[in-house]
Amino acid sequence: MSDSAFLGMPAFPAAARAATGDAQLRHNLRKATHTIRDKRASVVGELDDWPVLRAAGAAIKDRTLRHLDTYLVRLEESVRAAGGTVHWAADAAEANRIVTGLVQATGETEVVKVKSMATQEIELNEALAEAGITAFETDLAELIVQLGDDHPSHILVPAIHRNRAEIREIFLRTMRDWGVPAPDDLTDDPRALAEAARVHLREKFLRAKVGVSGANFAVADTGTMVVLESEGNGRMCLTLPETLISVVGIEKIVPTWSDLEVFLQLLPRSSTGERMNPYTSTWTGVTPGDGPQDFHLVLLDNGRTDVLADTVGRQALRCIRCSACLNICPVYERAGGHAYGSVYPGPIGAILTPQLRGTSSELDASLPYASSLCGACYEVCPVAIDIPEVLVHLREQVVDGPGHRAEKAAMAAAGWVLDDEKRLGAAQRAASGARGLVPHTLPGPGSAWTDTRDVPEIPAESFRQWWRRRNKGRDKGGAE
Amino acid sequence: MRVALFVTCLNDTLFPRTGRAVVRLLERLGHEVVFPEAQTCCGQMHYNTGYRREAQKLAVRFVRTFGDADAVLAPSGSCAAMVRDNYRRLGAPGSRLAEEAAALAPRVYDLSELLVDVLGVTDVGAYFPHRVTYHPTCHGLRLLKLGDRPTRLLSAVRGLDLAELDGAAECCGFGGTFAMKNEAVSAAMGSDKARHVAATGAEVLCAVDNSCLMHIGGTLDRSRSGVAVLHLAEILASTEQEPARL
Repeated sequence: MSDSAFLGMPAFPAAARAATGDAQLRHNLRKATHTIRDKRASVVGELDDWPVLRAAGAAIKDRTLRHLDTYLVRLEESVRAAGGTVHWAADAAEANRIVTGLVQATGETEVVKVKSMATQEIELNEALAEAGITAFETDLAELIVQLGDDHPSHILVPAIHRNRAEIREIFLRTMRDWGVPAPDDLTDDPRALAEAARVHLREKFLRAKVGVSGANFAVADTGTMVVLESEGNGRMCLTLPETLISVVGIEKIVPTWSDLEVFLQLLPRSSTGERMNPYTSTWTGVTPGDGPQDFHLVLLDNGRTDVLADTVGRQALRCIRCSACLNICPVYERAGGHAYGSVYPGPIGAILTPQLRGTSSELDASLPYASSLCGACYEVCPVAIDIPEVLVHLREQVVDGPGHRAEKAAMAAAGWVLDDEKRLGAAQRAASGARGLVPHTLPGPGSAWTDTRDVPEIPAESFRQWWRRRNKGRDKGGAE
Repeated sequence: MRVALFVTCLNDTLFPRTGRAVVRLLERLGHEVVFPEAQTCCGQMHYNTGYRREAQKLAVRFVRTFGDADAVLAPSGSCAAMVRDNYRRLGAPGSRLAEEAAALAPRVYDLSELLVDVLGVTDVGAYFPHRVTYHPTCHGLRLLKLGDRPTRLLSAVRGLDLAELDGAAECCGFGGTFAMKNEAVSAAMGSDKARHVAATGAEVLCAVDNSCLMHIGGTLDRSRSGVAVLHLAEILASTEQEPARL
């Protein structure tokens, strides 16, 4: 996975500290995440069989991943039989090379894009730009991010960190550089903003000869790609161009259409809080005289087989990118998406990014710790990914790696004291003896606590001292 | 009933009054409390921070110390959850630790579970004439699934006025070493929780975990809110003759 766009970003705690100080950002995030989280809770609560659906979703994904080799070959055969071409990409560089080559072969220098996490992950837009090809994002939120020369900060709502006043400013300032400008009298009314985007994008749709997408699901039996979206802009890109290139992670496979049925219930309710998804597009290879006549599927690994090899971490590959874990997460709500330094923010990003990229950078090694392990993410996950379990598993990998010498020494010392009740008792007596000496504010690492919180008073006697004293008194027949 | 008290290292060292309250409460209800002196720590801090080997050693010690007990009481939701939910991950499948931990897990209880489910009591005869709000800690809520057990116990306390807490299910931001490693986010979560607590007008914030209370209480004290924090055991142990110290 390329890390160029996020290269040099600070580790999570530093980036999160800056975000918690940004009152506007915290207000935007709180309002948006609480709105979606409440909608989700309401529509999930309507279904009596939600726990069963959730278990089915997890089971289908697990079974598919266990036999992924078989299903991938089946998918390839089905797509070919339907008139499409299949390409295999081991990493981001190979995927970008394939897509760039395919666009160049058409002679075009522009593509329109359906919102896609896989192409964000491999930084396809940047790779295309290097080859002189302009990629136009057509999802409204992705458009806001692209026009603002910004990074996405949420999986479902990439511009969640922007409010409508900021969006108006971005449209007025930058739309003219990309195509049809925004009207000079643009207000920050959501309808006016949507209309400006609509006029701007309509020109792109009608002109585009090449579309690029990802897919939410790929049905192995029939070779069908499935995209779920809310705006209809995706469907424009999937139907109007002559050439369609879909970059799809190898974990997106479901074996059959009946498996798909489970996810078409789980995903909308978990992501946008809707009972049914507004625009669900499916396409199978090429249909003569209807839609793109040249279809390419690029199957992307980019670290996924390594994740699959980890028996604890592999559950992250069940993820259907719904964002329910982001919207419920108290850490995400306060840190914002950019602090995670990846296109996958929030709890799922904290377990996915370190698995896809490794934990060699300071940022990636800090991600497994970007959680209080409160478990709210696991509770809302529609495919039952035990995110806290994977976070702890990844922390173990970080601890087994180099660095963190002071912490390792402290943890070893604590482990030594706690492994013997006599040592623990001696440490408690020492603490009680020094109880008058603990200052209100602690120096060094202790200041991380006392900057915002008072320290508890150390008691004169530990529980075990009290217990012993009490039992001695009883043995002598005395009172407590 | 004979109850083995796992007081937890944090309560033992910093909050012995919670342990003493548990002893007083259970003896008042006619039960015997034993304190196996070989106990130290469940290993939660090491496990949650990624120090698996240290956690394993402490898990082995715990299982050895409490293996024979009929009922183990841990007056800390997160420590009870550590033993019940995470010990099975510390031993390799089929290992002695995994088997012994699995056998012990169903006999490990949080205080509200022990009282309501095992001892079958919700009115423990307590008296506490104060306005109280209850924070259902993450481990209590999502791992132990304590549900309304703690608030049923509180509602039965004479004189107690229970105030509902806004955003109760949201984490307070303690999270063990998270409070130090990500202190800015932890403090932001803590101050939001403290704000909700103060808005209830309660004199006392109650929970089943002193680690969360240490964090929220430290935040409340820093802002001079005047709200005290008390473990559930201390409120339930409180009587007219021996009132809990605020």
